[in-house]
Amino acid sequence: MTAIQLAALIVIAVGGTVVVLTPEALRQVLALGIYGFGLALLFFSFQAPDVALSEIVVSAVGLPVILLASLRRIREQERSRGREEGGPERQ
Amino acid sequence: MSRRVRLALFAFAGPGLLAVLLIGLHGLPAFGHYRNVYGLLVDKVEPGLRHATDIVTALNFDIRAFDTLGEEFILFASVAGVAVLLRHLRGEEEAEQARGIEDHRFAGASPSLQLTSLILIPLLFALGAYLLLHGQLTPGGGFQAGVVLAAGPLAILLAGRYFALKRMAPESALELVESVGAGGYALIGLGGLIFATVYLKNFLPVGHQGTILSAGMMPINSIAVGLEVAGAFLVTWTEFFDQALIVER
Amino acid sequence: MSFLPYVIAAWLFVVGLWGVVSSTNLIRTVISLTVVQSSTYLVLLGVGYRTGGKAPIVADIPTSSKLVDPVVQVLVLTDIVIEATVTALLLALVVQAHKRFGSIRPSDLRALRD
Repeated sequence: MTAIQLAALIVIAVGGTVVVLTPEALRQVLALGIYGFGLALLFFSFQAPDVALSEIVVSAVGLPVILLASLRRIREQERSRGREEGGPERQ
Repeated sequence: MSRRVRLALFAFAGPGLLAVLLIGLHGLPAFGHYRNVYGLLVDKVEPGLRHATDIVTALNFDIRAFDTLGEEFILFASVAGVAVLLRHLRGEEEAEQARGIEDHRFAGASPSLQLTSLILIPLLFALGAYLLLHGQLTPGGGFQAGVVLAAGPLAILLAGRYFALKRMAPESALELVESVGAGGYALIGLGGLIFATVYLKNFLPVGHQGTILSAGMMPINSIAVGLEVAGAFLVTWTEFFDQALIVER
Repeated sequence: MSFLPYVIAAWLFVVGLWGVVSSTNLIRTVISLTVVQSSTYLVLLGVGYRTGGKAPIVADIPTSSKLVDPVVQVLVLTDIVIEATVTALLLALVVQAHKRFGSIRPSDLRALRD
């Protein structure tokens, strides 16, 4: 096992724990993006360039975009729901 | 079951699962001592047979093309599910949308962001096209190239011009692109059935190793999958952005 | 030392599962699910690695050199792209759930009970 593989494995283990333990959803998205880069480094060190390419584009572009859009939509719904006076209406 | 009960249960189940996983994974050969025959065989045989230098792409689009057909349709089905779920939401609030063309620039599209995205758009398209066409020669292929190609129009969103994006790539065009990709892949397999009596068998001439037009129908398969993945991601993203950016009371 | 990748994969699996179990917010559940999926990639790639092997691309190295296993790379590659789309489907469900029930905490979604 080469030194890069060892370093990448340790980064992944720590990174995964950090992603799970981060308190807010918005910060978790950021941590997920960095974790994806760490994974890509790991895949490069395992001699798998196709897989690393795929992981970079998905976890830097594909996932954070939809996560942020969902977070924004939920926040807007909560704001508009808080603005309505009267009882909560399930509509 | 409340959260505390769940956590207490996991305090037992978690370490138990970890122990079981470690015992199970212990039976694998040691890291680096690879013992499987199929991979070694493919490594030896494939470059002479199909003249493709990227063995992973050759496996994806030729030797195990049937698996890629299934995975492509998983992609297609998930995107259909996203569209069904989110469009139902959108239909309830369409009545109140006053359509001014530039009335929804998202906050924060500063000039530096616009300049960056202006530089990024042709780079992304060029990179995506390169990955797509050279899939069988260097790392690349349909899946990666599809996501990079889809990221090109996304940079238009970054520049703050969401309605320009919707005009340039309307929903119907994106769905057409995606369906052409998915259906095209299945139809190319029919070509294998007609000309080589086996579905999805490579039936075009394999050409000279190292050029773009080599490895038979692999580039065509790659292009079909790239179109499908790009269309799928763009449809998903525009559905989510319609939720997040347009619909606002 | 030669068992380390599998140990880390098992650790990631359990940590991600803990994230799913203990989350207070459905979006955190979805993100922890991504961590669980990445542990499976690690196991697959770890199985296919050969010490001293090179990447399975023979454009500039002689065809008969020692290469790592390409089959598991194919599995992981398509799996990564599909994971993104399935996560999108899950997030669409979360947005729809918030629209119907007004919250995304798992303890508030009790529609099946009532």
